[in-house]
Amino acid sequence: MAKVTIDGVEVEVPDGTTILNAARQIGGSVVPPAMCYYTSLKDTGGKCRVCLVKVTQGSAKDPRPMPKLVASCRTPVMDGMVVQNVTSPEVLEARKGVVEFLLINHPLDCPICDQAGECDLQNLAYEHGASTTRYEEDRRTFEKKDIGDKIKLHMTRCILCYRCTFVADQLTENRVHGVLNRGDASEISTYIEKAVDNDFSGNMIDVCPVGALTDKTFRFKSRVWFTKPMDAHRDCDKCSGKVVLWTKGDDVLRVSARKDQYGEVKEYICNECRYDHKNINDWTVEGPRHIDRHSVIGQNHYERTDLLKLKQEVERQIEFQKGKPLPEPNKSLTA
Amino acid sequence: MGRKVLLEHIDVPGINTLEVYRKKGGYASVEKALKNMTPDEVTEEVKKSGLRGRGGAGFPAGMKWSFLDRKSDKPRYLVCNADESEPGTFKDRYLMERIPHLLVEGMITSSYALGAKASYIYIRGEYMYIVRILEKAIQEAYAAGFLGKNILGTDYSLDLYVHPGAGAYICGEETALLESLEGKRGNPRLKPPFPAVAGLYASPTVVNNVETIAAVGPIVMMGGDEYAKIGVGKSSGTKLISASGHINKPGVYEIEMGVPVEEFIYSDEYCGGIWKGRKLKAVVAGGSSVPILPAELILKTAKGEQRLMTYESLADGGFVSGTMLGSGGFIAMDETACIVRNLWTFTRFYHHESCGQCSPCREGTGWMEKVLHRLEHGHGHSGDIDLLVDVAKKIEGNTICPLGDAAAWPVASAIRHFREEFEYHVKYPEKVKNPKHFEVEPFVSERLLAAV
Repeated sequence: MAKVTIDGVEVEVPDGTTILNAARQIGGSVVPPAMCYYTSLKDTGGKCRVCLVKVTQGSAKDPRPMPKLVASCRTPVMDGMVVQNVTSPEVLEARKGVVEFLLINHPLDCPICDQAGECDLQNLAYEHGASTTRYEEDRRTFEKKDIGDKIKLHMTRCILCYRCTFVADQLTENRVHGVLNRGDASEISTYIEKAVDNDFSGNMIDVCPVGALTDKTFRFKSRVWFTKPMDAHRDCDKCSGKVVLWTKGDDVLRVSARKDQYGEVKEYICNECRYDHKNINDWTVEGPRHIDRHSVIGQNHYERTDLLKLKQEVERQIEFQKGKPLPEPNKSLTA
Repeated sequence: MGRKVLLEHIDVPGINTLEVYRKKGGYASVEKALKNMTPDEVTEEVKKSGLRGRGGAGFPAGMKWSFLDRKSDKPRYLVCNADESEPGTFKDRYLMERIPHLLVEGMITSSYALGAKASYIYIRGEYMYIVRILEKAIQEAYAAGFLGKNILGTDYSLDLYVHPGAGAYICGEETALLESLEGKRGNPRLKPPFPAVAGLYASPTVVNNVETIAAVGPIVMMGGDEYAKIGVGKSSGTKLISASGHINKPGVYEIEMGVPVEEFIYSDEYCGGIWKGRKLKAVVAGGSSVPILPAELILKTAKGEQRLMTYESLADGGFVSGTMLGSGGFIAMDETACIVRNLWTFTRFYHHESCGQCSPCREGTGWMEKVLHRLEHGHGHSGDIDLLVDVAKKIEGNTICPLGDAAAWPVASAIRHFREEFEYHVKYPEKVKNPKHFEVEPFVSERLLAAV
């Protein structure tokens, strides 16, 4: 076990835990944001440089600070490590710089992008971004392509986190897409269009932190905050069958896997559950899904538990009054 | 003439064949090491010699060898980094083309010291003709019994392979090189773990530059202490410098460490002075990744001491007034050279060669190139200069591998030392629209007038 202090809060974690996972155990504002790291996929992380933190003391045995900022999602803790995240202005400057770099080639698609409202880059830009851009040059562009018959790739929005390649590698038997070329001409692509057809390929859409990989069956149907997310499940012999149904009234607009509070899917779902069952009767609905109250998705107050309590209280009163005679009318009022 | 260790016999006709090379004392270090020394003794000689990595970083080679994980039961590998892509550097090409057996001998002796059974020479794909030269030399070595099973009758066996790359500067970075050698995309890995612990195929690996390994043969023959006597302080031995630019005699020179920079540029023994009778303006001392220095700071340090061609002396002054020896790609520029244009050429290179994994380098290199393009073509405005400095500062230190730093340092140093030139480009856009603007009317700052 190793003791590590992050932003002044001490926590004890097993050896080999990364700084990011140790911070996630503390929770709150101590946790650095992370866009290319995915807990359930091996070897992810270290690429987007959003999670950079400052290590002011390497360990109790060797207290020298680390000379450069380190990626907290790939650096294992050592006993006695002292880490600064939001308490260090250098870290905040670096984070601002990285967000600025990510936005210079990123198109201003928010008004038409399906990921709006649940986009990691939007959240980061809100917290660390500048209100105007300093970039006056041309941006790199790509054509929109279909890389699977239900997945549309907007390469201009891609931040090259490589998560989709990792999920295809580790979840499916053969990965047919990859990264071509290098530098800012890097492109997620298959050599043959629409070649991605594996039964778990739809998970690429869930892991993509921005709106680069989008679900064609949900494209332009609705904004996420107008829908009601509901936990549901069905018997599926290929996957766990546990999903989130994004509904509007009785219509199921979209089916996706369940993400935890850090936006990471724990149980993946197969393509059949994702695309082929858009009727609410195919599913056993469990109840409304709680999305973090800071998220714009909760703005429709679908989860007003105070109203639910009121409804339950009224029903209880009705039960209580059943079988009892009505009270005598007040004769003085009806004369 | 200074002492020559590597290029001593370079002009002997036929030195690229095993027969002539052997007659001039070649492969004697293989016999000495395999028959009379233990691997640890060879490593000790290299440590005593003070040999530092000649690829650019200058990390002590003996220390790198001692970090190799000898306790693991995984096979050990030695990889020679012949991916010479640093702009301004062409010394390894010269060495491998003319005297390939020097490298092969160094590989055998070094592999013996490290306990490697298979070693690789990773060479850049653009040097395809040198791949054939090296393969022929290796065949000659196999035929003569210096490679293969039971070399010279001892129980040490070694297989040596040449692996060409496919045109990426980033594959000169050691972890990207290992990824490319394994057949994957040449993306650098995160360090730690270092290659000495988990390198090629997750096994302990040492990656060294061509010149470093070529020096191992002579070091073993003359002894580490004798090699350490050449040079100055912690910069021992000789260094190959590939000098180019506006000088009278460009080429590859082997110098003893400690030659004064002024002598190197102006003496007839080396570069022969600036051509066409012009004056020196700026020098990039170790390949495009090191800070650029104006003439007055390259000949003397900021404290007024004479600058020598050593790791320490060139780095005197840090990033404010110093540079680095780097790979030895020495580029000298005269007063007609436009610093902004040269900087644009460098940033174009880094933009093209960035691997694209991490956001600061992928986006930042493109941004800097585009801003400099505008500045050089007369469309810059005054906010651009501070913007470049800010972008360079945000890239530096925040990347996975040193390519980000290598892209940021030239920009930051050029603006620090030549700011007036950038402001000239902003102020007189019509004049700079002519690509030969400084040949027509050289830019003269008061500093330049006072210096040389």
